[in-house]
Amino acid sequence: MSASISIKNITKRYDSVTVLDDINLHIEDGEFVVFLGPSGCGKSTLLRMIAGLESITEGSIDIGEKRIDTLPPGQRGVAMVFQSYALYPHMTTRQNMAFGLENVKVAQDEIDRRVNDAAKILEIDHLLDRKPGRLSGGQRQRVAIGRAIVKEPKAFLFDEPLSNLDAALRGRTRLELAQLHQRLGSTMIFVTHDQVEAMTLADRIVIMHNQKIEQIGTPMEIYQYPASRFVAEFVGSPPMSMLPINSIENTPDGVTVEVSGAGKVVTAIVLPPEFNATNAVIGIRAEDTAVVAAEEDGLDLTIKVIERLGDRTLLYGILIDGTDLIVEDSGRSKVKAGDTVRVSISPQAAHIFDGDGLAYHSQMEV
Amino acid sequence: MAESYRRSRWTNGLFVVPYLSVFLTLLVFPLGWGIWLSLNKVDLFGGERFIGLKNYARVLSDPIFGQAVKNTLIFVGVSVPTLVILGLFLALALNKTSKGSSFLRGLFFASSILSVTIVTLIWRIVFIPNDGLMSLIFEFFGWQPIGFLSTTGWSLFSVGVATVWWCIGLPMMLFLAALQQIPKDLYEAAALDNASRWRVLTRITLPSIKSTIMLVAIIQVVMQFQLFGQAQLMTNGGPAGSSRPIVMYIYEVGFLRWDIGLGAAASQILFLIILCAAMLQYWVSTRKEEVDA
Repeated sequence: MSASISIKNITKRYDSVTVLDDINLHIEDGEFVVFLGPSGCGKSTLLRMIAGLESITEGSIDIGEKRIDTLPPGQRGVAMVFQSYALYPHMTTRQNMAFGLENVKVAQDEIDRRVNDAAKILEIDHLLDRKPGRLSGGQRQRVAIGRAIVKEPKAFLFDEPLSNLDAALRGRTRLELAQLHQRLGSTMIFVTHDQVEAMTLADRIVIMHNQKIEQIGTPMEIYQYPASRFVAEFVGSPPMSMLPINSIENTPDGVTVEVSGAGKVVTAIVLPPEFNATNAVIGIRAEDTAVVAAEEDGLDLTIKVIERLGDRTLLYGILIDGTDLIVEDSGRSKVKAGDTVRVSISPQAAHIFDGDGLAYHSQMEV
Repeated sequence: MAESYRRSRWTNGLFVVPYLSVFLTLLVFPLGWGIWLSLNKVDLFGGERFIGLKNYARVLSDPIFGQAVKNTLIFVGVSVPTLVILGLFLALALNKTSKGSSFLRGLFFASSILSVTIVTLIWRIVFIPNDGLMSLIFEFFGWQPIGFLSTTGWSLFSVGVATVWWCIGLPMMLFLAALQQIPKDLYEAAALDNASRWRVLTRITLPSIKSTIMLVAIIQVVMQFQLFGQAQLMTNGGPAGSSRPIVMYIYEVGFLRWDIGLGAAASQILFLIILCAAMLQYWVSTRKEEVDA
């Protein structure tokens, strides 16, 4: 029932403003793909173009073998769950779910069967005769998903569907969506700016930035091998710390870089001869740092802010030259704001970004 | 504690005194006085004498009043649905952000700001025999001319046309405001649900503006039952009283025949008719909602 989606050379312009620039993407049949990016990066526009709610300036979209960008939204074989749910307020849950099927003249007993089946899957069978005004946010969300399921679409499109839920419900619904995907095996595209949703739900994440796709990869590829400085800083909480590089020394096993406030860092990263060293930085994630004893080798970090997260503690501090560095310590850390601690960094886990933001990673398995 | 609470309640009441005094002086008192006048034999230049319900008996047995009630009911029965349907149609057609639709919205609303004198003057020019616009059109097509303002049946119709033209702005604007309150994503969901334009109109748009439709209908019923100026200036109620509405009957009885008590009684009957019509509409709409809920 589900199908692959091919997006070929898609461009979207509003007069002189380019919103999406030459986007190419292939989504496999049954794959769960998340479009992740900051506000205004064009991820929702791309989703709405697949749904047919936005026109395409250039390019084409295929679902399966069929080109669909010339078809009206209702004939594309996709179902969408909106951020605001967009339930028809004067219809009951049952009528909301049945509306799309009635429009294409599906037989009444088939409509009843599909609505009842979807209601059972989503555990909303006791809400079928209620109107949206008498449902909670989470229940409305389920009805919106139910309305999509009954259509048995080739692809599900989710436009930030969890952003109106409270934190606890968001976590639970996220898990249920993952289970739903396993159960239905359908192609799903999910738009979000929440990296936790992206990391936990996606088979592959599409990172979007400045009207373009910045990187496509599995959640762990994106996290461990970010393609650019933007991806490295956008994905991961806390963001990767960036330390300016003063000079680079090449060795056969990788480069040794002279870093402001940290001295020499020996890495396993091999840089090409054409590497642009101007404004180059070395990136280190908080979990690749550690607080060590004062007599051990390391960097002196003056702590400004402490975030205690229970299982771990994040230390936000500055090195002697004023560069910011975020360090992860254990949940039982005794460090206080104002303390100066010695920290070590794991050079094998470091990344180097050139002046254009392009990433270079260690040759060793992290 | 209890005393200070009571005192604070009194002082709070002072905030509504300005409105309450205007409400009592200009609405409640005239209403009560009107009811009192309807129970008296009153001459504008003489005294008043209590006669109970005799004015009501007189007005209800007056065939001219009966004809005025019939004319008014026909007028309301035709003009209100026309105003609601036409207003809705215009609002649906002009619910866009283009410059053309903004201009047309202004154009259709413009008639509402004209005085009744200007409106009737315009429509007299349209309907007047020999040199009027309609007579020129009829002449062009070689049809038999119709005395729109002087023929029984056509005269009330002509008053109705002028009224719809004059009053269409408000329903259109109220419907436009309601249409713009409907979330855009409902229409997007309907597009993904493969809904035809007719299904979108009947299953999404109209149910979403149901309360505004009822509001417009009630406002128009109340307004159109008070028809006076157009009939007075276009047809003077003629021919043979065929376009005389209730308010015109009240005016003639009260200010031409100086029979204030009789006019007041007719006014109270009109008040009751309007109240019943509005209540009936309200009851029908709320009952439907209860069934839906």
